[in-house]
Amino acid sequence: MFNLTDFLQFSFAGLTSGAIYALIALGFCVVNNTMGIVNFVQVDFVSLGGMLMFTALFTLGLPMMPGLLLAVAGVGVVAMLVERFGLRPARSDNHLVLIFLTVGLSIILRGIIKLIWGKNRMALPPLTPDEPISLFGATVLPQALWILLLTIVAIGLLTWFFYRTPLGLSMRAVASNPTAAAVVGIPAGRVRLTSYAIAGALGGLAGVLVTPITTLNYDVGVLLGLKGFAAAILGGFGSFPGAILGGVGLGLLESLSAGYLSSAYKDVVAFVVLLLVLFVRPKGLLGK
Amino acid sequence: MLRLDQVGKNFGGLPALSNVSFEVPQGLVTALIGPNGAGKSTLINCTTGVLQPSSGAVRFLQQEITALPAHQIARLGIARTFQNLKLFPRLTVLDNVLTGLTCVGGRSMLMAMLRLPYLRHRERQLKLRAMEALDRFGLADKAAWQAGSLAYGDKKRVELARATVGRSELLLLDEPVAGLNAEETAEVGDQLKLLRSTGHTMLLVEHDMDLVMEIADQVVVLDSGKCIATGTPDEVRKNPLVLEAYLGRMEAMA
Repeated sequence: MFNLTDFLQFSFAGLTSGAIYALIALGFCVVNNTMGIVNFVQVDFVSLGGMLMFTALFTLGLPMMPGLLLAVAGVGVVAMLVERFGLRPARSDNHLVLIFLTVGLSIILRGIIKLIWGKNRMALPPLTPDEPISLFGATVLPQALWILLLTIVAIGLLTWFFYRTPLGLSMRAVASNPTAAAVVGIPAGRVRLTSYAIAGALGGLAGVLVTPITTLNYDVGVLLGLKGFAAAILGGFGSFPGAILGGVGLGLLESLSAGYLSSAYKDVVAFVVLLLVLFVRPKGLLGK
Repeated sequence: MLRLDQVGKNFGGLPALSNVSFEVPQGLVTALIGPNGAGKSTLINCTTGVLQPSSGAVRFLQQEITALPAHQIARLGIARTFQNLKLFPRLTVLDNVLTGLTCVGGRSMLMAMLRLPYLRHRERQLKLRAMEALDRFGLADKAAWQAGSLAYGDKKRVELARATVGRSELLLLDEPVAGLNAEETAEVGDQLKLLRSTGHTMLLVEHDMDLVMEIADQVVVLDSGKCIATGTPDEVRKNPLVLEAYLGRMEAMA
């Protein structure tokens, strides 16, 4: 029997995780558009976001919102350091070399996170008290609403940045034609650094938002990050609307299949979708 | 203003340019001519940092720019167009031209982002300048189009608008009228004359001899990577070396 409340419940859960995948997928796209590579450090930006939030709240004793801003900005700064001192010295234009470098940097960053915060699972409190709200008969956690709201804010800010600021224009120019961008005087280094900062902030925000629901440990970002990667491919790697559509689509697919089929296959769905997309439509839903 | 000293460029051991030396004087139009494969585009690429010369030195306003990356050379005041068009196909026509103003705002991009009213004011001014440039090239009504969707002649003019909007000290134009019809050629020719009359310094690579003879103050002739003649259009036209190596070959082809 079809039950509308169940359907709403599953859909809402799907939207929530979809928003997280979309944030991570956008991070993958920003770096891909300006450097042409897959940045696997993205997965650790997610873990790091949660960890910095933990430190901001419990070591520094900050309130929620300043803590969130600090954590997100902190991951942005770490991401810039990763680009400046991890990738830039490579001085190689070979994309495969750079991609493998990001895999290596990802392992190093995960090691550092493990050294600083340890291997134990930790709990992060939600942004506002944990009393479920009833929406059309479905039960929703306030944290889920925060996730949706802040994801929309982040997408809005990103759009404003890319379409309303000179630096955003420079970044779109580099994505469209790197040689022409250099010849009009756009410094490639600054654009790369900015794209990493944005990717870090997006990953960090995803981490801050999702870890109160999952739990927090040093490699929590790996599975989430890979699903964000799958979402980016589903939407068309490099496409911003595609990343959002892919994220939400993947979240809904996962949640509905967990609800109506079996939750045992929840994590499999993402990768089956990834494989199907690669077989049937390699350029993704909105790919070029 | 721009000075090339013994510039050479090898591609896998084959010399595309060898010991090319000449000067582009301020305020004048220098035309660079030569048969296909003479190394004209290679020379432009070596001057703008798109390629690195294998030997020799390039100086711009007394400063050596030989090993500088392309974006720094652009910041010093050299703008260019490409023979085979390098636009931003996924950006609008207006945004394409706005990128030509990247260097105008100086280094305050990040600062400008923090001062919103100032940023908005500056943005509006830059947009106005970009629209003026589009207007000069008769493209104002296509400002919101995606550059990749334009016809060839329009793309060519967008690139010219992008190169000229920032009023760079030196303009390097690589075959600005190649592939255009007679009417379009005349329009672009008028624009180039206008630029010349306002004191722009240009280095112009062009096959259209009528245009070259009309607007160039000085002509440099390249053949097989070597500079074989330099002089006024009349001098070059009468130079037997040029007639033999360049015009003679053209006649033989015709």
